[in-house]
Amino acid sequence: MDLDVVGLSRLQFALTALYHFLFIPLTLGLSILVAIMETVYVMSGRPIWRQMTKFWGSLFGINFAIGVSTGLVMEFQFGMNWSYYSHYVGDVFGAPLALEGLMAFFLEATFVGMFFFGWDRLSKVAHLIVTWLVALGSNLSALWILIANGWMQNPVGATLNPQTMRMEVTDFYAVITNPVAQAKFVHTTSAGYLVASMFVLGISAFYLLRGRHVEVAKRSLTVAAAFGLAASLSVVVLGDESGYLSSEHQKMKLAAIEGMWETEPAPASFTAFGFPDQEARKTHYSIHIPWVMGLIGTRSLTGEVPGISELVKLADLRIRQGIVSYDALEQIRAMKGQGAVPPALTAQFEEHSAQLGYALLLKRYVDDPRKATDAQIALAAGDTVPQVAPLFWSFRVMVGLGMYFILFTAVFFYLSAKRKLLAYPWLLKVAVWSIPLPWIAAEAGWIVAELGRQPWAVEGVLPTAVAVSNLGIQTVLTTLIGFVVLYSVLIVVEMKLMTKAIRKGPEPDHAASPGAASPLIGVTPALRTAPMISTE
Amino acid sequence: MILHTLLDYDVLRFIWWILLGVLLVGFAVTDGFDLGTGILLPFAAKTDLERRVVINTIGPVWEGNQVWLILGGGAIFAAWPQLYAVSFSGFYLAMAAVLLALILRPVGFKYRSKRDSTTWRTTWDWALFVGGFVPALVFGVAMGNVLQGVPFRLAPDMQIFYDGGFFALLNPFALLAGLVSVAMLVMHGASWLALKTDGALAVRARSYGIIAAMATIALYAVAGLALWGFVDGYRITSEIVTTGPSNPLFKTVQAHAGGAWFANYAAHPWTIAAPLAGFAGALLALLGLLRRWEGWTMIFSSVSISGIVLSVGASMFPFILPSSIQPEASLTAWDASSSHMTLFIMLVSTCIFLPIIVLYTSWVYKVLWGKVDAAEISGGKSHAY
Repeated sequence: MDLDVVGLSRLQFALTALYHFLFIPLTLGLSILVAIMETVYVMSGRPIWRQMTKFWGSLFGINFAIGVSTGLVMEFQFGMNWSYYSHYVGDVFGAPLALEGLMAFFLEATFVGMFFFGWDRLSKVAHLIVTWLVALGSNLSALWILIANGWMQNPVGATLNPQTMRMEVTDFYAVITNPVAQAKFVHTTSAGYLVASMFVLGISAFYLLRGRHVEVAKRSLTVAAAFGLAASLSVVVLGDESGYLSSEHQKMKLAAIEGMWETEPAPASFTAFGFPDQEARKTHYSIHIPWVMGLIGTRSLTGEVPGISELVKLADLRIRQGIVSYDALEQIRAMKGQGAVPPALTAQFEEHSAQLGYALLLKRYVDDPRKATDAQIALAAGDTVPQVAPLFWSFRVMVGLGMYFILFTAVFFYLSAKRKLLAYPWLLKVAVWSIPLPWIAAEAGWIVAELGRQPWAVEGVLPTAVAVSNLGIQTVLTTLIGFVVLYSVLIVVEMKLMTKAIRKGPEPDHAASPGAASPLIGVTPALRTAPMISTE
Repeated sequence: MILHTLLDYDVLRFIWWILLGVLLVGFAVTDGFDLGTGILLPFAAKTDLERRVVINTIGPVWEGNQVWLILGGGAIFAAWPQLYAVSFSGFYLAMAAVLLALILRPVGFKYRSKRDSTTWRTTWDWALFVGGFVPALVFGVAMGNVLQGVPFRLAPDMQIFYDGGFFALLNPFALLAGLVSVAMLVMHGASWLALKTDGALAVRARSYGIIAAMATIALYAVAGLALWGFVDGYRITSEIVTTGPSNPLFKTVQAHAGGAWFANYAAHPWTIAAPLAGFAGALLALLGLLRRWEGWTMIFSSVSISGIVLSVGASMFPFILPSSIQPEASLTAWDASSSHMTLFIMLVSTCIFLPIIVLYTSWVYKVLWGKVDAAEISGGKSHAY
């Protein structure tokens, strides 16, 4: 990636999105876990569940604050750094973002205040409803943003209007029911549930190892193990669904993930390990598992999964077709909305309008794609290959961790069902050390999805290099540095507060029975926290 | 789908122009008081306990309030994509400054009182001040620049180019508009604190509020005169097509059209209600602060803010974002909107969800009704900030 305006803008977007995505999965999952705990409290009336709700709720709050702030940046960045993108697809892409605000953000943000401030002002049931509304709001926001993102991966239900020079909605129902978006939604929210489960599980294991807050920890661990097992199964199954859909809509992404340079006879094998070499178009030292790729990609033993070289050839053809459409588009636009467009011109435009985006790939090399040379077309066709090595590795990290999570949560589910949680302390240690792993998997998943989409901002429609705002390098560099500095400070502050809150543990619930409460009950707040601070 | 043709394209565009105003007013009135409160924090509140009280008055509601800004961004993206693209990329560094300042707020509220160190807490107090002051100033400065026209041009393929630097934004008229914005939000924040607190804190809040209300009236009047005397408006010189495709380049525009920003008031005298509300609301808020009409003061200052925001729109209609270097590229309500279908879908969604939002937001304010109790906060309630 060159560090020109496009490169810097991409870097800034990737950094702010990856950073934002550190907090969102935990918000998605923890909101539901907290709501489940409070439901048990309201149904059983046992105060320990209220204590658990408040404790995990306080960690949720610390996390939520940064999630909200960094989300605001995401909402504005499209217009700031991707102005041509915003113009070109705003008619389609803006709607889910606005709906996210209307349906999800207001719900989430209005009731999250009530969650913290409403304990003494609301009845038990009213407070429980508030908690579920926060969880519903968080998860609805994931739905809408993934409908928007799904459209970038598989742009359905819209066509280019030559008069306005942008994509306009023709079928909003198709945008909402986009199969890619649906698969992504379930995959991403499951990932969020898993992150939260592993978080609760790991912290509970920490308490059990130390013999602190044992009652809270045992119950939390049981809830997290069950929820986590369901989530890890769902995340892997739905991840497979995403892979299958990629084979239909984003063949290049699939081939790059696999490091499959040439088309193999069906059923294709899966490369479990290797070193992809973009220059030589080869994967060195690869270890193959027969049939698996063909099964994932086509769900059959006869379907062929095309390799990168073949897809580049296809891109070359599409660029040439796109130029024909581009030529007609230019002529239509030259009329400036005056008079009727000749039917022949409309026909010429429409015949290959699906390939128009491919002609725009040439804009990197020549202002007018119609004047492109064969060499430039070949370069642009080559650009359709994303960076294979990071995709290849991110994917394997994600899948490997996914398998580990199934095993891990299943073991803990079994142990908690058998009430043998304390029997294997080394497993509890593993749980503590596993806390960061689902985050690594989630970030890797983002990289697979979004780096795999390159060179497109919108697959087949708008290249990233064309989508960018016409800003100066220094301007983008300034904000990039600003975000890096502020975000670095924030993550340090966040981690410190999180560790402090975890070390401090659940607040003793005054209504709780003495046996269930922390042994430090009755000590003044300052004394209770003092030894914990000194260990920081 | 042909349902969207139930409403004509120009009707939808006009409704969305109104809704743009509703969103801006919604943001200015709700998030406005907590931005204003943030600005007042280091001044109106002296002791640590007072500062915690101030923060806790907005603690439960600022998150919901800020969604007005997020929704504003999303709705402009959906309904006015070119406005979103041109303004956010054009005001790039200013927007970045707003974002960086706003990021400080959630973390500031949440984290300030989690440690006992005085340095820690004072640092966050000033961070919260910045988080209130910078957005208040920048949004006003942006409005001031919009009224004068912004140096952007559109290529035939609609690529956007911005030819002005960051410091060009800080011209005298724009800074004046920025001050109006800061003054009115401080007035609003002070009215809020007068309503939600008592004792010495409330007394100080009222004093600052009285100064801010007077400043609002004076600065808004000066800005109006400056707009009349020094800022030329824009006028569409070609035939006005209200149902054409959203391509700004299909029209011609005259820049330096003297008096154009006041033409709407002459043509539709009822629109004078907007600037009148701006003045009258601030006057009544001033009176309310003096006489301690707590709830009413809040309403009056909301009326003032709404009037001031709406008067900008009423002056410029149908212009939304004029271009100073390529006037025909100016974005107007008739040629910068989304497609007919998107506007319709978004209108239906808004009609369903906005009333629901207003309903549950009102419920939250009702539950939280009353003064914030200092004793409750110092008593170590775990939920308090």
